[in-house]
Amino acid sequence: MTEHSEHIASAKLYWFIWLVLIVGTIITALVARVDLGTYHGIDANTVVALFIATCKATVVVLIFMGVKYTHEKMTKPILIGAIFWLLLLLVLSLTDYSTRYAG
Amino acid sequence: MSDRAGIGETPLAVEHEDRPELRHHFADVEQQRNAATLGMWWFLGTEIMFFGGMFCAYLVYRRWYFPEFAAASRSLSLPIGTFNTTVLICSSLTVAMSVRAAQLGNRKLQVRMLLLTLLFGLAFLGIKTKEWGDKYKEHHIPTFAFNAHDLIEDNQHLFGLDKLQGDPVKLREREAEIQQHSKIFFSLYFALTGMHAIHMIVGVGIFVVVTWMAYKGRFTPEYHTPLEIAGLYWHFVDIVWIYLFPLLYLIDRKPIS
Repeated sequence: MTEHSEHIASAKLYWFIWLVLIVGTIITALVARVDLGTYHGIDANTVVALFIATCKATVVVLIFMGVKYTHEKMTKPILIGAIFWLLLLLVLSLTDYSTRYAG
Repeated sequence: MSDRAGIGETPLAVEHEDRPELRHHFADVEQQRNAATLGMWWFLGTEIMFFGGMFCAYLVYRRWYFPEFAAASRSLSLPIGTFNTTVLICSSLTVAMSVRAAQLGNRKLQVRMLLLTLLFGLAFLGIKTKEWGDKYKEHHIPTFAFNAHDLIEDNQHLFGLDKLQGDPVKLREREAEIQQHSKIFFSLYFALTGMHAIHMIVGVGIFVVVTWMAYKGRFTPEYHTPLEIAGLYWHFVDIVWIYLFPLLYLIDRKPIS
């Protein structure tokens, strides 16, 4: 029976991810104070803040939580399924509530 | 674990005597480890649903009462919020490093990293307590003592109150509305940061146990599953905060023209 040896990421990589997360946080805080304008009623600052947050969350999941290295086949389906249901909840609720009083 | 052919002759409950940490119902260490981490991922899936409900409530109210949410968000301290985010990120790094130390069989580094994790976790909670204390002083805790008059005074233009100066009845109505809507923001703020803090407190409790286990030398390169799944939980709580930070602190920090 084969035993996969566990992947050991290098300490350098972990430090690099840490740096990315810290820099991302600082950029988020700084960019929030600059007016990036609105496009079709969508506030660009919010889009940028959430985009950076999503990048940060992605590297945490892939590297720190080891999803990138796992041999377990069900981890990714569970994760993608959970995110899919979350988006279903958020997107459908928002389309409902933000158009409810239109016209 | 090699001999699976003779399963019929094997008694059902064979302990793996050479490996006390391997339960008899698992074929090998990797299967046991996968089952445990998978269980944690399922749990985190339910946690996403749990926080998702609150995030959804937040999004809907934010769309409805945007000016009040923006003004209330601006009353939170941006430097403290940013600093606390970096504290939590540091704790995630030390968790990842402690798992790595276990993989390498370095007990000393493991314990050191876990102690740092506890320190960062407690620092986050301490700073959070200070922030809540400030909200208490500002009468921003949504109870009977709640008062949004400071927000009303600072944001006359944002709330359109400057245009209502000639109409005292409408002015009072709008002010009552602002009072109510900013109370909703702070209710969500305390619900979200409070639930996050409860998760942090649970996390600190788990990590006290894990640190003790590491100190006792219970984790080896072959077996450190408790540390690993505790780490998954900790990173998840970190991710929740990664989203809470922009959603609560940065609704609208643009310079007011």
